[in-house]
Amino acid sequence: MTLFHLALQVGRTATPEAVQFWLLAPIAVIAALGILVVKKAIHAALLMAWVMVTLAIFYIAEDALFLGIVQIVVYTGAVMMLFLFILMLVGVDSTESLGETIKGQRIPSILIAVGLLGLVVSLLGRATITQPAVGLATANADGNVQGIAKLLFTEYVWAFEVVSALLITAALGAMVLAHSQQTKSKFAQRDLSIARFRKSSLGGAAGLPTSGVFARHNAVDVPALLPDGTPAPTSISQTLKARGDMITSDGFALESIEEQED
Amino acid sequence: MSTATMLGNDPGWIILVKGLFIFVFCVLCTLMAVWGERRIVARMQMRLGPNRVGKFGLLQALADGVKLALKEDLIPAAADKIVFIVAPIISATTCFMAFAVIPMTGKVHLFGHVTAMQLTDLPVSVLYILAIASIGVYGIVLAGWSSGSTYPLLGGLRSSAQVISYEVAMGLSLVAVFIYSGSMSTSEIVAAQHKWWFAVVLFPSFVIYVISMVGETNRAPFDLAEAEGELVGGFHTEYSSLKFALFFLAEYVNIIAVSSLATTLFLGGYHALPGLTFTENWLGGWFTFFWFLGKVVMFFFGFVWLRGTLPRLRYDQFMKFGWKILIPGSLFWILVLATLRVMSQRAASRTLVVGFSIGVVLLVVAISSLYDRSKEKAEKAGAILPSLPAPSFPIPEIPGQGFINGRSEING
Repeated sequence: MTLFHLALQVGRTATPEAVQFWLLAPIAVIAALGILVVKKAIHAALLMAWVMVTLAIFYIAEDALFLGIVQIVVYTGAVMMLFLFILMLVGVDSTESLGETIKGQRIPSILIAVGLLGLVVSLLGRATITQPAVGLATANADGNVQGIAKLLFTEYVWAFEVVSALLITAALGAMVLAHSQQTKSKFAQRDLSIARFRKSSLGGAAGLPTSGVFARHNAVDVPALLPDGTPAPTSISQTLKARGDMITSDGFALESIEEQED
Repeated sequence: MSTATMLGNDPGWIILVKGLFIFVFCVLCTLMAVWGERRIVARMQMRLGPNRVGKFGLLQALADGVKLALKEDLIPAAADKIVFIVAPIISATTCFMAFAVIPMTGKVHLFGHVTAMQLTDLPVSVLYILAIASIGVYGIVLAGWSSGSTYPLLGGLRSSAQVISYEVAMGLSLVAVFIYSGSMSTSEIVAAQHKWWFAVVLFPSFVIYVISMVGETNRAPFDLAEAEGELVGGFHTEYSSLKFALFFLAEYVNIIAVSSLATTLFLGGYHALPGLTFTENWLGGWFTFFWFLGKVVMFFFGFVWLRGTLPRLRYDQFMKFGWKILIPGSLFWILVLATLRVMSQRAASRTLVVGFSIGVVLLVVAISSLYDRSKEKAEKAGAILPSLPAPSFPIPEIPGQGFINGRSEING
């Protein structure tokens, strides 16, 4: 018996549902194929989000309201959003390669994927073949949400708790892996200021001299002149110095006092 | 007849009329909100505000909108074109969708048809609103990323992190409402408040909701995404013309949406103030719409008042507040409330309930005083520089080295 006939049996008008299905299903399939085809990782993530939203609409159309809404809140809203964050911050586009980053992971991962597939198929088979369907009306007798709540918190409460423990462990693991302990406190502006005053000489206590020669030339690539007429290289930014964009300021120096007096 | 069955009997054209009504309502509200906000903030700052276009400047927002639409539409060269165009569309469409489940009136006659001014009612309406809000975040994130520039990217990530974190607190504050009303459908929640508004019964949840709704809409004092001094305009820096107008529209419609949700969940929705229930029958039931509107406008005034009064929070303070105070606080409150609820369902004795409540209050007081003490200690321990007598001119004294004699230093 097809799904279509089942839907008729429970007494739903099947026409709007069929229209909705034939409108959305092709779009969902095209989007799913697009995930494999598109070049940019972000576009793939967006198509994935779209597939999830259409799935949610299908759930809602099948009278699984709660499941549909939770699908959007959890998968589209939380999981895909985190995925997008990572893609945006890390910038996967630039370093995408098909090479193995961790040696020898290909074979175990294929084995795990096949195992997972087998598990899902066997679970689905057990749920559909051996047990006759009770129908929506019986399942939703006390309301859809209440029915799910009853099952989740009585019969399947152990599985529910185990899954939540697993998720929390995964979250903690991710935090431990990503978090690098700071061995010493950050060197902030305040510490910088204290360090300046603790040097042997107080020469740099007021900060480095600014570039340019007072009243004669104010470009940033001209070193300042110290009171004795010598140029101060510390007054030029490190970047300019590294680039070699530094000119001499000797030409702006006044003659020394002794020379003037002569 | 419950609202849900009443709405189930709506013919297609009534649903269309309601959809149109909601759209017009949102757009008009936005126009009035922009004008109202500018006038109110102006009054708070001893200015007049826009008063030139139309009577009292009422058409100012409309004029601004026309001007905005006629501006040049720029797409930066570094932008990802498709996503850049899709982002404002996502923002602007999702914000309207929340209104589908907001009950705006009680039972009314619409073109000879008995119905309620609510597009549809789901058993999980409130979750639906949260789901829609979480899709709306995509608009912000994608706008930030697709602009191909650093400031919008940072602004977009910031504001989506903000919206997501405050959605958690908001969702938790709603749990109390679900526990108390025994339903997640907006019309049933409104019906459950016919005696006491949930703002009174569930006051802590109301406070948490109001704070998180300001955080969620990216409004002052939580408008970190648009911290002009740090991030220019945030995620919409690169947007211009109609695309910017869509973001602008989305912001205001979002404000009205969260205010409507607050009205529905905590202030009795379209119900009249207690003692004025006879007004609910005026105009054939349509007067309830004005009660609804009045409460929404009150919330909106709150938004403007906050903007006119408070400076912006720092980003880390804001996140700390959300994750370390609001979320644990609301978890604790849900625990207490659920216990009380079970007690009342099991018909526990009055002394037990009172004893439990007093115990909870004592626990809260004890924890908060312990926290204060530890904070005081930490402040004392954390003081890096010991307090010393005032330094002498010209060289300030150096901690641990005493005064330095400037002259001896120079003379060697």
